[in-house]
Amino acid sequence: MKVRRMEKRLSLMEKLAIPEILKGLSITFRNMFRPKVTRQYPEERYEAPIALKGQPLLVENEDGTPRCVACSMCEVVCPAMAITIKAEETERYIEREPEEFSIDMLRCILCGLCEEVCPKEAIIMSDRYELANFTRESLVFHKDRLMTPIKELEGRIRFTKEKFDKWHR
Amino acid sequence: MTTAFLIATIIKVLVLFHMVPIMVSLLTLAERKVSAWIQFRYGPNRVGPWGLFQPIADGLKFFFKEELVPEGANPFLFRIAPALAAGPAMMTVAVIPFTFPILIDGQPFSMAIADINIGVLFFIAMSGLGVYGILLGGWGSNNKWSLLGGLRASAQMISYELSMMMSVITVVMLTGTMNLGEIFSFQGEHTWILFFFPVGTIAFVIFLIAAFAETNRLPFDLAECETELVGGFHTEYSSMKFALFFMGEYSAMFTMSCLLATFFLGGPTFFGLIESIDSLWLRALIGFLVFAAKVGLFLFFYIWVRWTLPRFRWDQLMHLGWKILLPISILNLMATGILIATGVLS
Ligand code: SF4
Ligand code: SF4
Repeated sequence: MKVRRMEKRLSLMEKLAIPEILKGLSITFRNMFRPKVTRQYPEERYEAPIALKGQPLLVENEDGTPRCVACSMCEVVCPAMAITIKAEETERYIEREPEEFSIDMLRCILCGLCEEVCPKEAIIMSDRYELANFTRESLVFHKDRLMTPIKELEGRIRFTKEKFDKWHR
Repeated sequence: MTTAFLIATIIKVLVLFHMVPIMVSLLTLAERKVSAWIQFRYGPNRVGPWGLFQPIADGLKFFFKEELVPEGANPFLFRIAPALAAGPAMMTVAVIPFTFPILIDGQPFSMAIADINIGVLFFIAMSGLGVYGILLGGWGSNNKWSLLGGLRASAQMISYELSMMMSVITVVMLTGTMNLGEIFSFQGEHTWILFFFPVGTIAFVIFLIAAFAETNRLPFDLAECETELVGGFHTEYSSMKFALFFMGEYSAMFTMSCLLATFFLGGPTFFGLIESIDSLWLRALIGFLVFAAKVGLFLFFYIWVRWTLPRFRWDQLMHLGWKILLPISILNLMATGILIATGVLS
């Protein structure tokens, strides 16, 4: 078999190597004074864009009640089986609300399916991405830790609405 | 020898010898800082102000690491190799005069630990020993990567040592002495060897290139060569034994920079400016600062080159050593002889 070598022919200056080395050195020297790109993380936090899917949270109405109607759609759709819901009756007109609602953040893959499937926009992906802790128990989030005032989640709720409107046109 | 002289000598030995580990730890920090700047990063800046205590943290980490001796390794050679790598590199510092001599009890008191007449020979012998640590480490750890790394290191050092020594001999011929203190005072009287055009300049370039190969630094770090040999000769080493190899590499870098400054940049001299200072102590102090600046320049250059150039291929390295550097250095040596004999340089 005939082999064709596609090597670039070097000019004399390139063969001498020293000028090329000096060129390279000058590039790295100039780089030393360029602005740094490192983010000093714990002090300088990453401002997540609204589309980021972080820890899923439950929406809390202004009067402190959960929006969730305990329909269990999210529990069923969750591919990682991270959600556990126990429903109970309530005096409010929605008649059902979760007595127990937990998301196991060790299992959750942050896929956002629960948010998509929820008929009441009651479970919403937030911008919380610092999900580390020392024990397994502390990473199973229960209702008390999931309930978040609707004000904090408004931006994301609007974003999902726009997104779904586009999809379902 | 008077008591004052003895005490001064002891202080000198302690101070100068402890300078090496301190320089090594600062160098590891400098290496990380400069590499970070070149890559648009900040580098270590968490431990202490400006990351200054990072070397201490690193050292502590090394102490608490588990020490492993691989199965089938030669226990004696495996343990002695790191000491052999670090020892000679640190010993070379003994002959380096850090500044001008001062007067103690009316006698001149040299600022080198050992002010011997064969300083150059001592340096040659010690840098020749440096290869044993790496070779034995590679051989003793019963690992193919290590063996290959050790093999490469020895082949590389042998081929570069030749041209390095040739260029040192050029310096010896020009200055007419093997005492490092006299070498720099000669340069103070005349001019730096670097400016003895062309022979001194060529010798400088050859020594500079060979010094990279001698200290196993990029672009000639074929002995480690992470991309091919995992870690090269220190693949199997862990904890403080690994750190000793590191210390060997960095102290070799430090002594090489000192020697470069002494041989070619005139050590603590600066175009006759410092020699004209009358007070001996002041002269020694300023001379030391000038020497430190020159050494720092070379150390920075070492790190700078490491983060700029890619690694040479094995055959290119040998080609450069035997077919380019060696003939040039021999020709340079002959040219020096001719120039001296004909009286052009004297
Ligand atoms: S984001 Fe995905 S994995 Fe996490 S709880 Fe929702 S559906 Fe389950
Ligand atoms: S899908 Fe929404 S409403 Fe239904 S159980 Fe989950 S969070 Fe509650």
